[in-house]
Amino acid sequence: MIKKLISIISGIPLHLVIITIALIWMLPSVGLLITSFRPSADVAASGWWTVFQHPFNFTCYTLENYREVILKIGIGKAFLNTLLITMPATIIPILIASFAAYAFAWMDFPGRRILFVILVGLLVVPLQMTMIPILRIFNNLGLAGTFPGIWFAHTGYGLPLIIYLLYNFISGLPSELFDSSSIDGATPFQIFSKLVIPLSLPALASVTIFQFLWVWNDLLVALVYLGGTPDVAPLTVRISALVGSYGQDWELLTAAAFVSMILPLSLFLGLQRYFVRGILAGSVKG
Amino acid sequence: MVRTKKITPWLYITPAVFLLFFFLVYPSINTVYISFFDYNSEKFVGFKNYLYCFTNEIMLNSFRNNILWVMLFVPLTVALGLIIAVLADRVKYESIVKSVIFMPMAISFVGAGVIWKFVYAYRPASAAQTGILNALRSFFQLEPLPWLIIRPWLNNFCLIIVGVWIWTGFCMVVLSASYKGIPRELLEAARVDGATEFKIFWKIILPLMKPTIAVVATTMTINVLKVFDIVYVMTNGNFNTEVIANRMYKEMFIFRNYGRASAIAVILLVLIIPMIIINIQRFREQEAIR
Repeated sequence: MIKKLISIISGIPLHLVIITIALIWMLPSVGLLITSFRPSADVAASGWWTVFQHPFNFTCYTLENYREVILKIGIGKAFLNTLLITMPATIIPILIASFAAYAFAWMDFPGRRILFVILVGLLVVPLQMTMIPILRIFNNLGLAGTFPGIWFAHTGYGLPLIIYLLYNFISGLPSELFDSSSIDGATPFQIFSKLVIPLSLPALASVTIFQFLWVWNDLLVALVYLGGTPDVAPLTVRISALVGSYGQDWELLTAAAFVSMILPLSLFLGLQRYFVRGILAGSVKG
Repeated sequence: MVRTKKITPWLYITPAVFLLFFFLVYPSINTVYISFFDYNSEKFVGFKNYLYCFTNEIMLNSFRNNILWVMLFVPLTVALGLIIAVLADRVKYESIVKSVIFMPMAISFVGAGVIWKFVYAYRPASAAQTGILNALRSFFQLEPLPWLIIRPWLNNFCLIIVGVWIWTGFCMVVLSASYKGIPRELLEAARVDGATEFKIFWKIILPLMKPTIAVVATTMTINVLKVFDIVYVMTNGNFNTEVIANRMYKEMFIFRNYGRASAIAVILLVLIIPMIIINIQRFREQEAIR
């Protein structure tokens, strides 16, 4: 009895430390969320934490900021652009990478090893090394400022990590599987579509979430290849421009930022398991 | 191995190899080449662009700031990630705590920039403070501070904190997995022998986790050398907060000097090359085990 009491009391500092850290981590985001629902006059007059003084006074919340950023400031359009950029820029590289990862893992061909070592090296080449030459080519081909241009750019940039992660998974499948099905007369493509893909679904889920979040949250690639034109600019580009022009209108900035976070956050909360698995499988690149 | 015709493997890898070559290999080589030419790649200028990078004041400033980032950001993220991973393992609500710390990884750096710019918001002492940090200072009767403007240490430190807030979750997840891989009997045995928790941490846990810590630290170093979004959104490199990647972007898009921008990119690559070598070695070791 006393022993139990002691162990509970001695555990209190631990709980205190952990809960404090967690609260500090949450505080900035909570401030963002609350501010995005407050009327602009309130936001200018008092801090967001003052709403806790009368927590059940729901009249001090409004959706006006969201209406304004989505309809008037063009965040709605930017959301659509981000979606149009992200979907193909996720599907195309994963499709191409699964074929390549399968071949690297289970087919024999000259140059296989050296090509793979090059691939691993490419994992950490900074994108900055590639931007000027590609921008020049894009300008010549009329791909700069277009969605197909950025789809392919994200495909090229995403491939090393996606192939690497899928290779790690696919090469870990039991080899008897491939020996016996080869003998049974299955073609390489049948093995790929009937065996490898279904068995790799967990890994495919991980890389899909990874690539999706990477493209959704990307700023640099979009800035360079799409530019700031509202027709094509994604959320990240629009919002960073708003920070410059609406610097003090926090109710608008916070609402815009939250619009950009809704989808990644729900994906994250729903599929955290796959996200974590992906990170653990490939903690080589950010 | 799957038995194939000679041509089949190439059908599977050609799209990937072509794209890798087109988007990474060829442009990287080309960038090295144009870094020796003038702003529009017409006149050969030798090492002039590199000389500029190592003599220009803003460039030197950027190098200093990147070093500051590496020195503060890497130890902070790794240490915090490790501490949280080990502490959270001891409580029942571990998964909730970890989700909270990990959450910033899901949102964009731009979003994080807005979140933290609001934390650092500054108004003159006469007005009500709406940024939480300055509100805290007023509460203790202190003058509000323009956090992102006080150069060069405070504002850089404030930016680094944003990076730490984002990336600690990543370190925590990887380190937590490694920590959970340590056999519990080992720790129990030490406890039975009377070792303090502190001693167990330094003498058993830390040495066993060293390889993972090294991996995480390399990853963080690569990230921080490339840091761009946070600085671009929060200060755009003003008030002595410039970093290499933002400088490269400015040379490329604002000053349209492709020679200098390429030289900066090459320098960035050279700084990262040691990490590439470590990565390849690790891959070789993995292959050898297989």
